[in-house]
Amino acid sequence: MSNRWWKAVAAAAVVVSAVACGGGGAESGGPVTLTYAIWDKDQQPAMEKIAQEYTKAHPDVTVKVQLTANKEYWTKLQTAVTGGSAPDVFWMNGPRIGLYASQGVLQPLDEQIAAAGVDTAAYPKSLVDLYTFEGKKYGLPKDYDTIGLWYNKALFDAAGVKHPDATWTWDDLKAAAAKLTDPAKGQFGIAAPADSQANYYNTIFQAGGTVISADGKKSGFGDPATVEGLKFWVDLIKAGSSPTVQQMSDTEPTQLFSSGKVAMYYGGSWEANGFAKNADLAGKVDVAPLPKGKKQAVVIHGLANVAYAKSKHPKQAADFAVFASGKQAQQIQAEAGAVISAYQGTQETWVKAYPQFHVQAFIDQVPNSVPLPRSKNTSAWAKHAEDLLLKAWTGEKDVADAAKELEKAVDEELGKEK
Amino acid sequence: MTALEEVPVAAPQRAVAGRPARRGLRRREWLWGFAFIAPNGLGLLAFYIWPVFQTLYYSFTEWGAFGGHTWIGAENYAKLVSDPEVLKALKNTLLYAGLVLLGVPVSLVLAALINTPGLRGAAVYRVLYFLPVVTMPAAVGMVWRWLYNGDIGLINYVLSLVGIEGHHWVADPRFALYATAVVGIWMTVGYNMVIFAAGLKGIPKDLYEAAELDGAGPIRQFFSITLPMLSPTAFFVTVLTSIGALQVFDVIYLMLGSNSAALRNPAIDENQTIVFLFFERAFVDNDKGYAAAIAFVLLLVILLLTIVQFRAQKKWVHYA
Repeated sequence: MSNRWWKAVAAAAVVVSAVACGGGGAESGGPVTLTYAIWDKDQQPAMEKIAQEYTKAHPDVTVKVQLTANKEYWTKLQTAVTGGSAPDVFWMNGPRIGLYASQGVLQPLDEQIAAAGVDTAAYPKSLVDLYTFEGKKYGLPKDYDTIGLWYNKALFDAAGVKHPDATWTWDDLKAAAAKLTDPAKGQFGIAAPADSQANYYNTIFQAGGTVISADGKKSGFGDPATVEGLKFWVDLIKAGSSPTVQQMSDTEPTQLFSSGKVAMYYGGSWEANGFAKNADLAGKVDVAPLPKGKKQAVVIHGLANVAYAKSKHPKQAADFAVFASGKQAQQIQAEAGAVISAYQGTQETWVKAYPQFHVQAFIDQVPNSVPLPRSKNTSAWAKHAEDLLLKAWTGEKDVADAAKELEKAVDEELGKEK
Repeated sequence: MTALEEVPVAAPQRAVAGRPARRGLRRREWLWGFAFIAPNGLGLLAFYIWPVFQTLYYSFTEWGAFGGHTWIGAENYAKLVSDPEVLKALKNTLLYAGLVLLGVPVSLVLAALINTPGLRGAAVYRVLYFLPVVTMPAAVGMVWRWLYNGDIGLINYVLSLVGIEGHHWVADPRFALYATAVVGIWMTVGYNMVIFAAGLKGIPKDLYEAAELDGAGPIRQFFSITLPMLSPTAFFVTVLTSIGALQVFDVIYLMLGSNSAALRNPAIDENQTIVFLFFERAFVDNDKGYAAAIAFVLLLVILLLTIVQFRAQKKWVHYA
């Protein structure tokens, strides 16, 4: 009686587990579906078009574009990789490539690049190197971005301030920011958030400071020049020319700028798409190169398409990753005006997509560009920068003290990498 | 399990070979009982009980960036007891739970009011109070974040009408936790109210009639009949609410978390709760072993507080 019952339970359990574990095993030849994870909503249409083009050339492969907000993208991806179920192809950035490539999460793409006949000389060398790890290429650059000074022409004209141009210095910016601030209207000259890539990395390099030493072993946060670059922003808040950290936490700087509450905004080339689509900003917004400190400098960074090493269809994944960074895909991307394509000769197309903005400023700054600071495990120390610098931005800590403390914490994390 | 052992065996044992019929029957009943609770029991085992032991095991390990772990003994716990962040988060969690418990008497009063005989539109009120319970926390968090916005929020606008200057409620370390607790109360009041209303329905009418004959007014009736008769319900609600509040994550993440990828909320470090800290350690910093230790400490805290509450019920709960 009981025996039979237990047998039935055991049999059911076996069936259930067999069903649960089944479905593995990649069979080639049949139809294949790849997932392609991205984080920028503005770029989604272009990415979907690229996916369709790929299916045209490979009718048995469908690519599903999966959008995750940037805020959750890395958390979700890391968890998916840990669980062995990451997307087949996904966007990668400079700060994370070291970690992902060193842990064997990504496929080397050299074979596929050779097979597809892609000439890597057509991409900016610094970006190709960024995604090369121990001699192998793990990603092909899909785009690049620099930072520009976005400004609201209407607010400038109303305040009678001359528009920014390539001759501007830090002092010009500070003076203009003060003039454009009108507490009665709740209007500020500039937004000075504690954002590394868009804000303080640029001013650190303009002041002649460093973030991570060239050999990747030491932090440069304690360097007086670096502190100058950080102070630049904190002083703007102290002077009342920028909203406070609390205000910018409640309402994002992008939103403040889009609603005309802030006259100037350091933003990447990727912002062009959103600002162009915003009907409220039509005819009101333009962009200029960043004002210079001791010297001219801007942070350059670019994304790459990478293929997941444990994909069920590794061959197709690698092939699509190379295709999505290839000439045809970058042309589609440039026409959509989503981002500055990395492939040689496609930048013009992107510039033409925005006749209303002087986006050439982003391209013109490339000769003075400095790669986005990174190490093998960037997020380990970037976390400390986020925490400590926020305290300097709120005024809780002195900038120089926070920078010193940060230098120690970053050095410690860099020491763990070896 | 114990209930089965307590079934008295009525038939006296005879010294006869072979089992009495009773026992065979009991065994079959026992099997059937198990068959019926199997679906739920297996789910409980797979999704609750097994993970508890898994978490305990992981709390003694250190994790690589993408899985893979090594045994490090009690190192996580050693780090944990001297980690100021954990202590602060525990303090915040207890404060938050205490604040949310203030919503329990509110829901009791609401339930009593809604139960007033002859109240028109009682169903409408019930729906209105219950809506926050069934609304997605993600939506609730986002809407309240807007309401609390320091520059364009509705709350500050209303305050400005009466001449009070508002603050950045969710970006100011001094207020963020209280602002979140208000939402926490708002989200639980409806649920507790429905349970209290059910409890009220269960109080025999003749008690009130007898009290009225003795000349007790409505206030006296409430304190002498309603409250004691409702104390088991109140106990149940209190225990459930505190467990829920100690595990708060969603409203904290949505209202005090980063608004954008690059910018941290200046209020979060002072106001994070223990589950939020667990989330950051486990999924942002990828320190899963340490996060497991934090989760286990929370389990112990909840266990302890619940035991205390069960002990204390002898003092105030009347089981009629």
